[in-house]
Amino acid sequence: MSQLATDREIDRSKMAVSDEVAIQINKMNKWYGAFHVLRDIDMTVQRGERIVIAGPSGSGKSTLIRCINRLEEHQKGDIIVDGIELTSDLKNIDKIRREVGMCFQHFNLFPHLSILENCTLAPMWVRKTPKKEAEEIAMHFLEKVKIPEQADKYPGQLSGGQQQRVAIARSLCMKPRIMLFDEPTSALDPEMIKEVLDTMVELAEEGMTMLCVTHEMGFAKQVANRVIFMDAGQIVEQNEPEEFFNNPKSERTKLFLSQILGH
Amino acid sequence: MSDTHAQTVAYVRDTMLPEQAPPSTAAGPIKWMRDNLFSSVLNTVLTLLSVYFLWLVLSLVLPWVWYGSWTATSLKECREVVADLGLAHGAACWSVIGERYLQLIYGFYPAELYWRANLAFVLMIVALAPVLYPNLPRKILWFSALYPFIAFWLLWGGTLWTPVVAVAGFVLGYFAFEALYRLAGSLVGVIAAILVPVIWWLLLAGPVANGLASVLPLTIETVESAKFGGFMLSIIIGVTGIALSLPLGILLALGRQSDLMIVKAICVGFIEFIRGVPLITLLFVASTLLNYFLPPGTTFDIILRVIIMVTLFASAYMAEVVRGGLAALPTGQYEAADALGLDYWKATRLITMPQALKISIPGIVSTFIGLFKDTTLVSIIGLLDPIGLTNTIRADSNWNGIVWELYGFIALMFFIFCFGMSRYSMYLERKLKTGH
Repeated sequence: MSQLATDREIDRSKMAVSDEVAIQINKMNKWYGAFHVLRDIDMTVQRGERIVIAGPSGSGKSTLIRCINRLEEHQKGDIIVDGIELTSDLKNIDKIRREVGMCFQHFNLFPHLSILENCTLAPMWVRKTPKKEAEEIAMHFLEKVKIPEQADKYPGQLSGGQQQRVAIARSLCMKPRIMLFDEPTSALDPEMIKEVLDTMVELAEEGMTMLCVTHEMGFAKQVANRVIFMDAGQIVEQNEPEEFFNNPKSERTKLFLSQILGH
Repeated sequence: MSDTHAQTVAYVRDTMLPEQAPPSTAAGPIKWMRDNLFSSVLNTVLTLLSVYFLWLVLSLVLPWVWYGSWTATSLKECREVVADLGLAHGAACWSVIGERYLQLIYGFYPAELYWRANLAFVLMIVALAPVLYPNLPRKILWFSALYPFIAFWLLWGGTLWTPVVAVAGFVLGYFAFEALYRLAGSLVGVIAAILVPVIWWLLLAGPVANGLASVLPLTIETVESAKFGGFMLSIIIGVTGIALSLPLGILLALGRQSDLMIVKAICVGFIEFIRGVPLITLLFVASTLLNYFLPPGTTFDIILRVIIMVTLFASAYMAEVVRGGLAALPTGQYEAADALGLDYWKATRLITMPQALKISIPGIVSTFIGLFKDTTLVSIIGLLDPIGLTNTIRADSNWNGIVWELYGFIALMFFIFCFGMSRYSMYLERKLKTGH
């Protein structure tokens, strides 16, 4: 668990955090029926930040990032993404979803479409990019995640790690300004985790604003500029990775870290 | 583990073993027979019993079929000819098929106009081809879209202006949508696209068609619905029902899953009502009851009424089949489509519906096959489909009492159509398979 995300030196030249606010969350609350999943979440994400959200399962971390692109609806408080407030207005939701890319634990590639079609679909139908241009963009990003040769295959023919890299490329084809990762490596074999983390590290090096729910503490140490620890639907502690791992403040964080780093 | 082992024994393979062919007993027909027919004592016994049973049936049926008479002109004469053959179980009188096959195919459609029905059938194959085989040029789809109107004109005759003004309704609807969509948004556009054609068809289409026909008739001989019959009628009702019930079923399935309360209630109510009622009662409603609700004097073609009822009936089943497909999709597919910014209709059209339809192909084709066979029920309300015609043929004193040959022939024809559909669905499933 504590293995590093990458063996090489990370190029920090473009990893600058700007003052511009990408995501602003104020006193956000969410319930599943009567169950209070998220309680008074306050959070500001600057453009260029790489945030890792950690916490035990059921702590609400996935729910939190799924609220940001409205896969889950929050019931109280505000979420403002890229200056647009998330309400039930479908137009705003679509606008935000165009700017926010997401990768899922189970990849969720479209099995009936080829890899290339998976990547060109949203640019063509949402951004109205001409087919030829969309294919060029898709190939560019498939090269970036190092699987251009698989473009004509179908998702079912690829390994889990390759599928997750395609899923990242598919999101990037929409040229998003923010990327959300919902446990992108949790469904992968150890051998494949590395290739997906490599892709994510490269993305961070280019200055992408990233929110990652992950148990890969190596990634958090190397890449993140902030680690948020959640428990029981609340943000318990957040800090720079160095401080967070070496000098955790709350008892709950200490317990979690001892369990996750202990073996 | 591997570390400790490596320290005790050093072993490195540097040449890999070559692949070898399996032994002869593990491949070929002998293996197949051993695996499938004689794998155990019980299976061997069952295999031998099955062979005996097959021989028993075929030894009775095949001579009956093979030695049947094709020349006798009446059942009585046929019985005498067959008796002379001295077969234990007699033989068939195929001459009734030879004499009446045109009637079984065309009903009472005028013989000199058979070419019109034949042409409509050939064009139907042309129109279906691009729908069934996506490799064919996409431009033929335009012909497929126009085909129903062409077929209507060829089969029923009358003036060409009738189908032309009917098509004009769709064109008007399209322009109404385009014009208002820009100005007032998609909802107003959709409403206009529905209202404009309906007003056109109900109020203006008739007078316009009559007016145009009086200037330039373009008329071919009219054939009344009462003369339609045989397999032509089955195919008209079956193919139209199939073509209409799939889109209607898809809409009902989507409606049933909708978040909009009223849409959902209407769809659930419709599906449950139609599925709760036997088709035969709907056909009776179409043939008799419907007239009570229509203004006196309106003539509403009986074939059209039957097509509507059969379509509604099949679409309720179709909706449930498609809903099953939608329910089988992982929620991740809906979420991924949402996360990419696709709206509901695009996500449905591009992501969820293609996958749901692929999952439901076996169910959809079963519903199609059921619909096609159910067209024989129209004989009960007096339409002369092949089953209805058997009574007409038996009413001829020459063929009074003949049963097996007629029903056998009809069964064979239906089997060919239904088996074709079934094989096509298997081809489609193989073709759409994208996994390993």
